[in-house]
Amino acid sequence: MRRTSHFVCVLALVAVFAPVLYAVQLAAQNTSSSMPDKRREAPKKPANAVMGGEQIFQSNCARCHAVPEGFSPRISGTLLRHMRVRANLSQHDERELLHFFNP
Amino acid sequence: MARVISMQRCFLESFFLKTACLSKVCLVALAVLWGLARASAQDVPLLSGGVGFLTSTNAGNTNYLPIIEPLLAAPIGQHVLVESRAALLETFAPGTNGQPGYGHSHFVGLTYLQGDYLASRHLTVVGGSFLIPFATYNERLSPIWIGNFQDGPLSTSLGLMSTGTGLGGMLRGSAIATSRYSIDYTGYFSARSANTQFNADRSAGGRANLYLPGERLEVGFSYGRLLQGSHENFYGTHVWWEPKDEGLRLRSEFARGQHAEGYWVEADYRTQAFGGLDSWVGRIEPVFRIQQTFRRDNIASDGLPAQDTQRADFGLDYNLPHNTRILTSYARQFSASNNHNVWETGIVYRFLFPAWKGKSR
Repeated sequence: MRRTSHFVCVLALVAVFAPVLYAVQLAAQNTSSSMPDKRREAPKKPANAVMGGEQIFQSNCARCHAVPEGFSPRISGTLLRHMRVRANLSQHDERELLHFFNP
Repeated sequence: MARVISMQRCFLESFFLKTACLSKVCLVALAVLWGLARASAQDVPLLSGGVGFLTSTNAGNTNYLPIIEPLLAAPIGQHVLVESRAALLETFAPGTNGQPGYGHSHFVGLTYLQGDYLASRHLTVVGGSFLIPFATYNERLSPIWIGNFQDGPLSTSLGLMSTGTGLGGMLRGSAIATSRYSIDYTGYFSARSANTQFNADRSAGGRANLYLPGERLEVGFSYGRLLQGSHENFYGTHVWWEPKDEGLRLRSEFARGQHAEGYWVEADYRTQAFGGLDSWVGRIEPVFRIQQTFRRDNIASDGLPAQDTQRADFGLDYNLPHNTRILTSYARQFSASNNHNVWETGIVYRFLFPAWKGKSR
C-alpha cells in the first residue's frame, strides 16, 4: 500500500510539473525569436537544394537520433543505405536525403 | 605470494583470450575492407559506433563499465550492404560473498552480422545474424550513442527470444510511402543456433508500422512466436509522437508474453527558447521514463522481474559538442521483494568516419 502511494505521488508530481514546464516553454517561444534547430537542421545547404530531403530528415531520422556532427560526405551514400534498411526508408526517401546531404 | 601469482596468471589468461577474440573480429573486418578496397569505385564503407564509460549504483553496489560498440557498414555494388555491430566491454563490480575490493569480467562479441540485398523499391532481403524486429527498443534505441538512459526498459526482453538476435532471414521494406502516411513492414524467421557468437532461438515474427508525417505520429504492432521449448506467443504495440517544432519526444511501448507483460513511456525535451539547441541551455535534455511489469504466473521464461515491478526514471542528459553526451539518471524501483534506488552516470562519444579515403557521390 505504501509502495503504491509512493508511486502515485511520483506520478502526480510529474503530471503537475510537466504541463507547467511545457507552458513556460511555449511562453518563452512566443516572446523570443525563433532559432535554428540543430536536432532537425542538418548540414547547412542552399534553401532550394532539397527541401524534400530536409523534411524527410526531420520527420524520419530525427525521431531516433540527432544529426551526427561533421560526417564526411564520402560516406553519405553508405550511411543512407544502412538507414534505408534499419529504418525501412523508401527508395525515394533515400534519394532525396542523398541530394540533401550532397546538393 | 601464491595468490599474487594466481592473480597474474588469471590476468594473463584473460588478456590473451580477449586478444584472441579481438583479433578474430579485426581479421574479419579487415578481410571485408580489403576485398572492398579492391573492388571498383563505389560508396565508401563507414566505421561508426560509440565509446562510453558508464557507472551504475544499484541498491548500493556500484559497477563501472567501459564499453566500445563499433559498427561497420560496407556496401558492395549498388544493391548489397554488409553491416555488423560488436560490443567490447569490461565490467568492474564489487566482490561477492564478502570479498573485499572489485572483480572484473569482460565480454567481446558480435551483436549482429548481416547482409542486406535491396531487391526492389519495396523489398530488402536480409540474411545472417540480425536484431529481432520486435517493438522499437532492440533495433532503434539499443545503441549506446542513441539511448537516453544507459539501461533498457524492464520489459525489453519480451519478444526478443532470449538473445535479441535471430539467425536466418528477414524481409523488410517500405510498403507505401506518401506525403500523408507511410506503412513499413518486417518479417523474419530464425533457426536455432548454439554457436557462441550467433546464439539464437528458433522463432518467427514481424512488425508493421503506420507513420503519419504531418502529425509526427507512429503506431506499430509486433508479433513473435517462439518455435521451441515453451512455444510462446508475444504481442507488442508502440506509439511514438514528436510534436512538430516543439523539441518534445514521446515514446511508448507495450509488450505481452504468455507469462508476463509490461510497458514503458519515455519523454525527452530540449528547449530552443534560449539561443537554440546549440546554446548551453539548449543542450540540456531532461528525460523521464515510467515503466511497469506484471507477472502473470511463476514461469519466468522471459527475463522480466519475478514479481510485479514499477519504476520511475528521472534523467538529465547534456549534449556536448562533437557527438558527445553525458547521461545521468536516478530511478526508484518498487516491487514486493524490495524497493531500491538506481543511480547512473556516463559519458558517451559517437564516432562516424569513412573506412578509407574515397570520392563523394
